[in-house]
Amino acid sequence: MSLVPSSLAALHSGAPVVHAASADGVFSLLWLVVALPALGAAVLLLGGRRTDRWGHWLGVGTVAVSFLLSLVLFFALVGRDSGDRQVSQHLWTWFTAGKYTVNLDLLYDQLSAVFLLLITGVGGIIHLYSVGYMEHDERRRRFFGYLNLFVASMLTLVLAADYVGVFLGWEGVGLASYLLIGFWQYKPSAAAAAKKAFVINRVGDIGLSLGSALIFVTFGSTSFAVVSANADKASSGTLTAIGLLLLLAACGKSAQFPLQTWLLDAMEGPTPVSALIHAATMVTAGVYLIVRSNFIFSLTEDARTGVVIVGCITLLMGAIIGCAKDDIKKALAGSTMSQIGYMILAAGLGPAGYALAIFHLLTHGFFKANMFLGAGSVMHGTNDDVNMRHYGALQKAMPVTFVTFAIGYLAIIGVPPFAGFWSKDRIIETAFADNFVVGLCALVGAGITAFYMTRLMLMTFVTEQRWEPDVHPHESPRVMTIPLIALAALSALGGFLILNGWITDWLAPVVGTHEEKSLAIGALGMSLVTLVVVAIGIAIAWTFFGRRAVPREAPTQVSVFTRAARAELYGDAFNEEVIVKPGYTGIRGLSVFDGSFVDGIAEGTASAFGGMSSWFRLAQNGFVRSYALAVLSGAALVLLALLAVNFS
Amino acid sequence: MSATPFIVLSAILFTIGCLGVLTRRNAIVVFMSVELMLNASNLALVTFSRANGNLEGQIAAFFVMVVAAAEVVVGLAIIMTIFRTRRSASVDDASLLKY
Amino acid sequence: MLAFWILAPIMVAAALGLLFARKAVHAALALAVVMISLAVLYAVQDAPFLFAVQIIVYTGAILMLFLFVLMLVGVDASDSIIETIRGQRIASILVGLTFAALLVLGVAQVSFGTVIGLGKANEGGNVPAVAKILFTRYVFAFEVTSALLITAALGAMVLAHRERLTPKPTQAALAAQRMRDYAATGKHPGPLPPPGVFARHNAVDTPALLPDGTAAPGSISRVLAARGTVKSAPEIAEEIKALTGEDSTVSGSAHTEGEG
Repeated sequence: MSLVPSSLAALHSGAPVVHAASADGVFSLLWLVVALPALGAAVLLLGGRRTDRWGHWLGVGTVAVSFLLSLVLFFALVGRDSGDRQVSQHLWTWFTAGKYTVNLDLLYDQLSAVFLLLITGVGGIIHLYSVGYMEHDERRRRFFGYLNLFVASMLTLVLAADYVGVFLGWEGVGLASYLLIGFWQYKPSAAAAAKKAFVINRVGDIGLSLGSALIFVTFGSTSFAVVSANADKASSGTLTAIGLLLLLAACGKSAQFPLQTWLLDAMEGPTPVSALIHAATMVTAGVYLIVRSNFIFSLTEDARTGVVIVGCITLLMGAIIGCAKDDIKKALAGSTMSQIGYMILAAGLGPAGYALAIFHLLTHGFFKANMFLGAGSVMHGTNDDVNMRHYGALQKAMPVTFVTFAIGYLAIIGVPPFAGFWSKDRIIETAFADNFVVGLCALVGAGITAFYMTRLMLMTFVTEQRWEPDVHPHESPRVMTIPLIALAALSALGGFLILNGWITDWLAPVVGTHEEKSLAIGALGMSLVTLVVVAIGIAIAWTFFGRRAVPREAPTQVSVFTRAARAELYGDAFNEEVIVKPGYTGIRGLSVFDGSFVDGIAEGTASAFGGMSSWFRLAQNGFVRSYALAVLSGAALVLLALLAVNFS
Repeated sequence: MSATPFIVLSAILFTIGCLGVLTRRNAIVVFMSVELMLNASNLALVTFSRANGNLEGQIAAFFVMVVAAAEVVVGLAIIMTIFRTRRSASVDDASLLKY
Repeated sequence: MLAFWILAPIMVAAALGLLFARKAVHAALALAVVMISLAVLYAVQDAPFLFAVQIIVYTGAILMLFLFVLMLVGVDASDSIIETIRGQRIASILVGLTFAALLVLGVAQVSFGTVIGLGKANEGGNVPAVAKILFTRYVFAFEVTSALLITAALGAMVLAHRERLTPKPTQAALAAQRMRDYAATGKHPGPLPPPGVFARHNAVDTPALLPDGTAAPGSISRVLAARGTVKSAPEIAEEIKALTGEDSTVSGSAHTEGEG
């Protein structure tokens, strides 16, 4: 591929074209970033018990080396011209079917660069944390094998230069998620949660498969280069269809409405899994897919509207669910669902929002992973109890955990100067600039976020102690607190990526640029309004949970809203009634049909033949005279035939 | 003399012989019906010989008679043997070859 | 042709008689009628050799063989009229009629062309002509059928042979048995009395005379005795007297004369 300046490589619609240079120099090491965790997974999973003693360090080591390589590659990319930052490395031709060729190529550009850093960086930190967290688990080596498998698949997903390559990584992370959610296989709830996650993901995968198929039918190829170059030649109906199918895939993987019910159940897995997969990386794959396919989404207004609607619904849904959950991990999961709703909302706003979505993705990765690891630390100190009604007054017992968790808390509710303030505020601003209702949803969501996160903080750390009798909370060992501190630092400082608009400029060659629309009240006015809403949320939470005593048992006399939130807004009930029960009835009907009709035909034919032969055998009565009659009849028939032939 | 009446007579005698085989139960009467059938075919053969003007038909009829004689000898010996053991000459007694 | 039209109804009637006769012997006789009529028809159709063979072999030998076996099997036995197999009678009649109809129909459609006749073939006589063909063209078949006949005769002998179930009684055993019978029942152990010197006839109804002039009881069939057709001794005496002119009641020197 020759070097082409970006001005020539852009379409007249403004959406950029993927036109990558070949990977030479340090970029030829790109494949190692994926290969190292893959090799680690292979060694740990195939090596067996021999690798138990040092397996976890190998797991940490591969991801650490991948992180260092990502850093080197990132700085190498920074060193190139801004129009020249797309590099492609051809690994091998996967398959050829007629005129359709799929190559396994790696595409390294600005978007993949930040994702690589996020995955390997936060992933490495969580790997280190897991060494301590899973210390007493005898299957720890296997855990690290699955974690490495996940990291390798996620890296494949973000580095692929082709929709089929993305699908490969997509399925890989789905598999790793299943294996890790159900890691404690002896727990029936964990096994059920793993199955639920996988099956609902499967529904989303239909979107990606059909979308890729439609892309192939329309453009003749599924590689980003070809599709982005020819995107404006397809009809708008086709583009909308492709967009909606890719949105379905994103809903499945990122737990957006209507495929959101699996995320809270996925908390059955060990806490590092929740942190890495269901907060920082796998659930953000949907956002990555939409942003990567910006050359399609930028051209269809309707698909983008669909994305925005899904984003709004989910961010409110996740926030409401988080308000009533007593399980700390489930509350954080509801929060994840809501924050990803923000990212999807931003991605649906078109070129104005793609970079903001990625920015929020990065900051969310930092503070959510931080808070999940903090929750793990709290659980470690309270004998793995997840019920917040049994916590209280942990700030004295676990100071480091408290401080790092507090930094994450301030980041997520959007208090300056922490990371969340910068990313979430920009999204709310852009939402208002696009449409008032959308902006209002985002603003209200910010208020509810402040409410439930303050509730969580108060119930866990500040209120009076409500511990179980045999619980003696203590600070976690250093191998667990050091990652907490690292992530807290990132949550605090991560917002400075927006300084001078660095992140938007960095990603512009990938996602395109837009005209900044300014609001009537201006950016600063918007931030003030948001802070007021946040303050109201904190105040309400303080009134309910800070001033009054928190009951140890969950109250049963609650409002209809609380009941709805506890039931996760009836998502499971809806799935059960609308999909599972009709499905079972349909299958039972089919099985009855098969048993009675199809088997009936088969057995009926057999018994018909049996009956016929029982009837025919009566002709064999043993009497010679009957047989003689048969002979004569045959002779008469032959005569008849002869006469017919000769005299007709 | 045309040949057709003789052939028709032969056909009628043959059919009556068939009916005898099918209807009578006494083994010897069945055998006699078979002989009737053979005689009917002999008549046809002789008629054809006359119609075609050579003696082949008569030779064939001659051989039929010889073979019929041999057949009657053996057949009646068999019937007699069966009668000695079973004290019955009914054709319906041999009915074990059935379902 | 006249012969044909007379004989044809007779033959059909006789065949039907074979079909419907209750007693087997009647059926055999009906068959005889058919066979003889057939022989006549052969003669009508210029086949004198077959005419003779039909009567001698078929009617004379084969049919007689049938009658002999009928005697052995039981002349009195008659077929019952009830049909034991369900539907057999009706089905047979239907199929038979169909068969006959098809045959007659087929024959009626065919035209045999002009009948050539056996005038030329029978030059020099039918028998020499038949012999010529039989012993030249068909001599192999002839030899094979003769082998067949020998085999059939042997087969009949083997089949009809009855194995002895008890050993053949010897002369001594027979004599011993006679003595035992005499001891048990008084049956005369010796042979039956011969006719004797005064025998005039060896007719069945003339009893043999014992030395004292009485009739020997074992010399007359008891059937005749029961019927009363036996000649009494005084009658015989009268006859003898008439012949010799002497009074048999005079005792004295009765020298026999060889007259009579």
